[in-house]
Amino acid sequence: MAITLNVIVQGVLTGLVYGLMALGLSVIFGVMRVVNFAHGEFTVIAMYAAFILFEMLGLQPLIVLLPIAAAFFVVGYLLQRSLISPFVGRAEHEQFILLVGLATVIVNGLLLVFGPDARPINLPYSFDSYAIGSLFIDKVRVYAALGAFAVAAALFLFFRYTRTGTAIRACADNLTGAAVVGLDVKQLYAVTFGLGLACVGAAGTLMATIADASPSLAQAYTLLAFTIVIIGGLGSMVGALVGGVLIGVSEALAGFYIQPSMKSMFSFALLIIVLVLRPQGLLGRRL
Amino acid sequence: MPIDHRKLSRRSVLAGTAAGAVLLGAPGIVRAQTKALKIAVLLPRSGYLAQAGQSCHRGALVAPSVLSDFGHKVELVHIDMESNPDVARTQAERAINEGAQCIVGAFDSAGTLAIAQVCEQRKVPLVVNIAAAPQLTEQGYKYLVRNFPTGGMLVRNGLQQIQALIDTTKIAPKTAVFLHANDNFGMAQRKGMDALFPKAGLPFKLLESIPYDPKAQDLSVEVTKIRGLNPDLLLVVTRAADAIKLVRDTVRQKFQPMAIISPGAPGLYDEEFYKALGPLADYHVDALPWANPKSKVTQALEAAFTKQQPKYRFPVECFNVGFTFDALLIAADAFKRAGTADGPELMKALMATDLADHAMIGPPIKFDAKGQNVDIPSSCVQNRNRTPTVVLPADAATMAPVLPMPPWQGRT
Repeated sequence: MAITLNVIVQGVLTGLVYGLMALGLSVIFGVMRVVNFAHGEFTVIAMYAAFILFEMLGLQPLIVLLPIAAAFFVVGYLLQRSLISPFVGRAEHEQFILLVGLATVIVNGLLLVFGPDARPINLPYSFDSYAIGSLFIDKVRVYAALGAFAVAAALFLFFRYTRTGTAIRACADNLTGAAVVGLDVKQLYAVTFGLGLACVGAAGTLMATIADASPSLAQAYTLLAFTIVIIGGLGSMVGALVGGVLIGVSEALAGFYIQPSMKSMFSFALLIIVLVLRPQGLLGRRL
Repeated sequence: MPIDHRKLSRRSVLAGTAAGAVLLGAPGIVRAQTKALKIAVLLPRSGYLAQAGQSCHRGALVAPSVLSDFGHKVELVHIDMESNPDVARTQAERAINEGAQCIVGAFDSAGTLAIAQVCEQRKVPLVVNIAAAPQLTEQGYKYLVRNFPTGGMLVRNGLQQIQALIDTTKIAPKTAVFLHANDNFGMAQRKGMDALFPKAGLPFKLLESIPYDPKAQDLSVEVTKIRGLNPDLLLVVTRAADAIKLVRDTVRQKFQPMAIISPGAPGLYDEEFYKALGPLADYHVDALPWANPKSKVTQALEAAFTKQQPKYRFPVECFNVGFTFDALLIAADAFKRAGTADGPELMKALMATDLADHAMIGPPIKFDAKGQNVDIPSSCVQNRNRTPTVVLPADAATMAPVLPMPPWQGRT
């Protein structure tokens, strides 16, 4: 029983970081109806950013979390204004090709610069864990989950209580109405893409503490983020977090009780069940 | 200029024809009688096997100078097979067309099988440096020799070394868990374990075999499962990245086995593993064929390697470097004895190989009727001060084995 509880706790903690990563995808899609197929690639860039800052300046990921998220916001803002904006409202396949092309460039760029080897961040507490009775909970996982929860909460508060957040929600609810009342939709879209990438930046930085950065992770992360947001409900912020936790726990339990090598099969099984029984996702609704 | 027909005799026409025939046949004769053997070294230097392929390549780069010191003359052509069997086949064909008299390669079993088919058709000998698929020496190829154990031999010899390790260190493990990647190599090792472990007579019980996905983010669930089983020994088949995750999660969950042992797989002795784990990388054991630190050939190879490849550590690279060097040495030695590079003659000399001085641990290199060296023992290599160090067999060991391994705590 204690070991099962251990497995569930580890799954919840990992799932929260997954959820934060998927949150970025959900926010961008919920507002702009653009599916970011380079989502995992941006996550891996953030992991490398955290790795470089740790290796060169000795700065721990939790310290550089906000600067990296801020830098990703700026990158996202500029990317939307320059590259994505002309594709908003165009056919889905055109957006798909654009973002898959961007993803390919990123992965190959990372391979050129860093090579294929995994790059770990060895923190002073990387090998420590909290022992509660017979439970062992990794310190890095606890910190990463707390970080993910804090960033997600900040994003909720931003959308709920700030004027910009309210304006973005208005754009998501009724684009024409938002434009009629004089909201600068292009500017708000750029801010939204920036916020989505800031989430990815934060998630990648936290992820770097629990997984080693490697270009080969990018595609898997994109797929994971998609699975989570489809289960949670495309465009639903709470759904992304719930989906992340569900995936984290189901993978952990399936790995423990059935076969570790079949972990990912269960997240896809969950995806199929949700698509059949509730195609809009568990908490599917617009932002 | 008018031709003086009166000077044309039957004798002069015959002499001219003979001279022409000699000239036309010259390339073949020259090819068979060259002073240096032209060897094409085919390795996966790019693609998904690039890391190991590059390591083998470094062995091939350093080989000519060492072979020359031992009185052998070789001319190497280095070819990248891009981790792709189709490319391996095409490049082997091209290398032979361009004058290669022997081929050495190719680290990967699939690529080596593709090359073997070309060599068989063209009657050009292939000396396999590293490739474990049994069918390479079971399909009746007449132009192939392999100085590398088959997958089954690797597991069997690995289990024998584990027994020797238990005898030497006097540890008394009662239980073990076998954790392996679910990729091709890992599943082949699992098959070998399933078949050979019950016959090996080891003094511990195998509680469970656990496959894992090498693409997994971490191995926390796997380690939790292992912790629940609480085995004395952890037998693993991993790659470097997974081995790092395994040790990291084992330490985090405060699980302390007597030893983590790999029965013939990479991962625990990679530079990446040492860099990521520091002192936690020490005391793990690999039971696999290894370079003999006491052999004069290995010492010469290490000296040349250190000089030519200062960025790499020979003790970490010596598995790939040693086997690649030995393959080249086998070809050069056969050429010296045959006195010709003619394919069938060179192959006869290869099959008659009896080479006492070589880099890897083991008795003189000989081949059976199928072209397999059946006597390639494994050794126990333990990580000590982040360097893989031979601890068994005693005649090749430079340190004594230390087991049970010291606790994780206090090592970070």
